[in-house]
Amino acid sequence: MLALHIPDGFIDGPTSLLAGVIAIGGIALCLRRTSATLAEREIPIVGLVAAFVFAAQMINFPVANGTSGHLLGGVLAGVLVGPWAGALAVSVVLVVQALLFADGGLSALGLNIVNMALAGTFVGYGIFLLLRRALGNTQWSVTAASGLAGFLVPIVAALVFVGEYALGGNDAVSVGSVATAMLGVHALIGIGEGIITMLAVGAVMGLRPDLVYGARGIRQPTEDWALEPVRS
Amino acid sequence: MNRRISYVAFLVIGLAAALTLVIVLAPNANPNPDGLEKVAADTGIDNGMTDHALADGPLADYGVSGVDNTWVATWIAGGLGVAATFILCAGLVYLVRRRT
Repeated sequence: MLALHIPDGFIDGPTSLLAGVIAIGGIALCLRRTSATLAEREIPIVGLVAAFVFAAQMINFPVANGTSGHLLGGVLAGVLVGPWAGALAVSVVLVVQALLFADGGLSALGLNIVNMALAGTFVGYGIFLLLRRALGNTQWSVTAASGLAGFLVPIVAALVFVGEYALGGNDAVSVGSVATAMLGVHALIGIGEGIITMLAVGAVMGLRPDLVYGARGIRQPTEDWALEPVRS
Repeated sequence: MNRRISYVAFLVIGLAAALTLVIVLAPNANPNPDGLEKVAADTGIDNGMTDHALADGPLADYGVSGVDNTWVATWIAGGLGVAATFILCAGLVYLVRRRT
């Protein structure tokens, strides 16, 4: 196994089924909202985001004492194409990983989509928006807020996993000790997530800031003068 | 805002970046157990774990059955994954697009 994906048998059937229902409903809603928030011309960017997140998830980086982690990608996807299309892109990645690469259990697919695609993207994007505003709503603050929100993505996903374990895990270990272990290691993974998210968003902000969904409506000091109506 | 490159160039650069990750970094990925696996092994929450139903599939675990060279297998699996996620995701959004 290569990824931070829940395999089959970790979480019981009813909880997995519940997550599956939430995942299907979430994806359906994302599809509806995506068509309303993106222009037809922007569709290839959503595919690109999915492809990039897939590639990035193949790269496990070392964290402390014999453990690795990789990008989850919720904030990266949400900032680039918006939370609806972003959650959809991460969901597609998880489906392809489970069906084509046997990564992440088939019965756990709903759980993985809820943790990484839905919670990771929507909670992560909400945190991003708060931070972007707090940092001044400038072009620079889009990149900085992406990095900081990215740091929190693995922690959010880990917290949701703990919730799922509390609902439908085995009784071998107390919820408290699972929570402690999960949060510690995912805070470390968050450092990598934050750096990768900041670099990727920063690169797109440098090349085509007009394509960054999370940069819509920010202040653009360089163009303020040009927007002044000409009075004669 | 500053548009330094064309839209098509942006898409090409983005895909090239994804493929570069697959070609250069994926074969060197850290082999240690990831965060969830580590916690599972340390705490014992994995004692109900079952094998993946598709564990014998041709691309299981980002390998390619019949290809022994792990670098080449990772490139093939990664390239197919990049193509599959791009086409599936863009195709899905294309199907539900608002026609104008």
